Amino acid sequence: MSAAETTTTPATVTLQAEGSVARRQAWSRTSRWILLAATLLGLVVLVILGIDNAIVGIPSLDWDFLSNYPSRFAERAGIRSSILGSVWVLVFTVIFAIPVAVGAAVWMEEFAPQNAILTTVRLNIANLAGVPSIIYGILGLAVFVRLMELGPSILAGALTLALMILPMTVITSVEAINQVAPSIREGSLALGATRWQTVWNHVLPGAMPGILTGTILAVARAAGETAALIMIGAFTFIAFDPALSFGGLLDSFTTLPIQVYNWTIRPQPEFRANAAAGIIVLMIAVIGLNALALVVRDRLRRN
Amino acid sequence: MALASPPDGADLARALRKRPFRRPGENLIVVALVLCAAVSIATTFAIIYVLFSDAIGFFREISFWHFFNPGNEWQTLFDPRSFGVWELVLGTINVTLWSMVIALPLGLAAAVYLSEYAHVQTRRFLKPLLELLAGVPTVVYAYFALTFISDDVLLPLLGGNVSFFNSLSASIMLGLMILPIIASVSEDAMASVPRDLREAAYGLGATRLEVAFRVVFPAAISGIMAAILLAIARVIGETMIVAVAAGSTPNLSLSPLESIQTMTGYMLQVALGDAARGTTDYTSLFAVGALLFLMTFVLNVGAQIVVRRFREAYE
Repeated sequence: MSAAETTTTPATVTLQAEGSVARRQAWSRTSRWILLAATLLGLVVLVILGIDNAIVGIPSLDWDFLSNYPSRFAERAGIRSSILGSVWVLVFTVIFAIPVAVGAAVWMEEFAPQNAILTTVRLNIANLAGVPSIIYGILGLAVFVRLMELGPSILAGALTLALMILPMTVITSVEAINQVAPSIREGSLALGATRWQTVWNHVLPGAMPGILTGTILAVARAAGETAALIMIGAFTFIAFDPALSFGGLLDSFTTLPIQVYNWTIRPQPEFRANAAAGIIVLMIAVIGLNALALVVRDRLRRN
Repeated sequence: MALASPPDGADLARALRKRPFRRPGENLIVVALVLCAAVSIATTFAIIYVLFSDAIGFFREISFWHFFNPGNEWQTLFDPRSFGVWELVLGTINVTLWSMVIALPLGLAAAVYLSEYAHVQTRRFLKPLLELLAGVPTVVYAYFALTFISDDVLLPLLGGNVSFFNSLSASIMLGLMILPIIASVSEDAMASVPRDLREAAYGLGATRLEVAFRVVFPAAISGIMAAILLAIARVIGETMIVAVAAGSTPNLSLSPLESIQTMTGYMLQVALGDAARGTTDYTSLFAVGALLFLMTFVLNVGAQIVVRRFREAYE
């Protein structure tokens, strides 16, 4: 006779917990939704603010708003000079910051001796990344505006922002270079390439998606920067286009975030709609840059 | 004689470095690269020099004791003028406190959810969205703090109990801004807690909630501490939100409903005014800036030390 036949009819076994165990499980199941709600709360607030802003700002957002200079009259004021100023400053920020950042990253990853100097440089860059932007503004004020006598110019603004985004660009470039497989370097070196040929022909192309992504994100950050530029004296009324010449680099300027700030602190409520419209343009640019960074990374990685 | 083992990559690179063939221009390139790296060191020295040389000028006129004495007010607009920085520091502590009250529970909840509850796909989708909160330009948050939070929500809700410029509206937006820092850094710390710990707890019958808060959370506590330190450093350095929404009246108060002024708020105010070079108003900018720099430096270094400790524990 087998064992099964001797047993009495088995009681229906359920895995339903009882008492304190059931309570603990119920808590655990509920916690998922509480935590999810907490995770989403910040995003929900951002969406509400975005909708409110769109309602206030969209009526002012027309071609006149984009093509007019700032004005004392809210309905005539526009963002022409601040858009041009932003673009001009950002172009030169990138020109100044990216070669230096990539150069520093290449040295740190490919050429630097593994010693205390390298450790110091690494720690230094990590700390610079945490320095508040207003401190970079003070640095720009003292060094570029006053010492080098550039005044509150496009050049001084671009140099200040370049120093500000340098640490984060170096960090992303180091990560990108780090992710290039060592076998690629070894293969190139084994075929007789010099170290620089290896870096230029193999390491940098391989690291390009990461470097580009980091650059675009850094530009997004510089595009929204306000405090550092106000610090160097860029809070001014600009009713002209920056000249497309080397002399034009010494023109004073304003940027979109500064213009938004200007309209935000005006006591007259009419300017609130202008600020909201400026924010829409600024957010489209910043979200566009962030999206571009994601696309660039995906596309170049696939190739 | 055979080699004991084939040379690894490092050996190979070292061997190749010694070969005589070199292109002459390459040394110049390396020099240029070293100069690039030197820019970052030079930046640090320049920041320290700029801040402290003018701060020393400030302390020639205003004594150290006067500056740090908690009994002195920060009153720079009219005589008798007084430079007791404690009022500005307390303003900074005020917004730090309230923004952490908002961001810490939400940020840690998000970290726990992303690390312990969310499916891989959900996490991949939610994390970049959360990061977007840190990418919003701070002047945009400043506008929202003043016009939406303060004007449209707090004033109708609290009426006369809250001033138009108040630390709460700034703190709410600061909290939103640092949410992704807390969530992201803490989540990284929780994700690197070894699986064994979780499995052992599940094996003993713990629920997901208990594993998350009694096992993973304590094990990741140093990473969470680092996240908090980084978030605080970010808040005390933030300028636009507090300058626009928190007011410009130095105030010895930790109340979220009053108008205050932070260190950064004062610095921006000086930049917007026209303090002549060499005046005490002008040099006070550098004294406050130097103090701010030191505070963020200590917080950032503290975060790095905490993170390193934490890495040693698990690798």
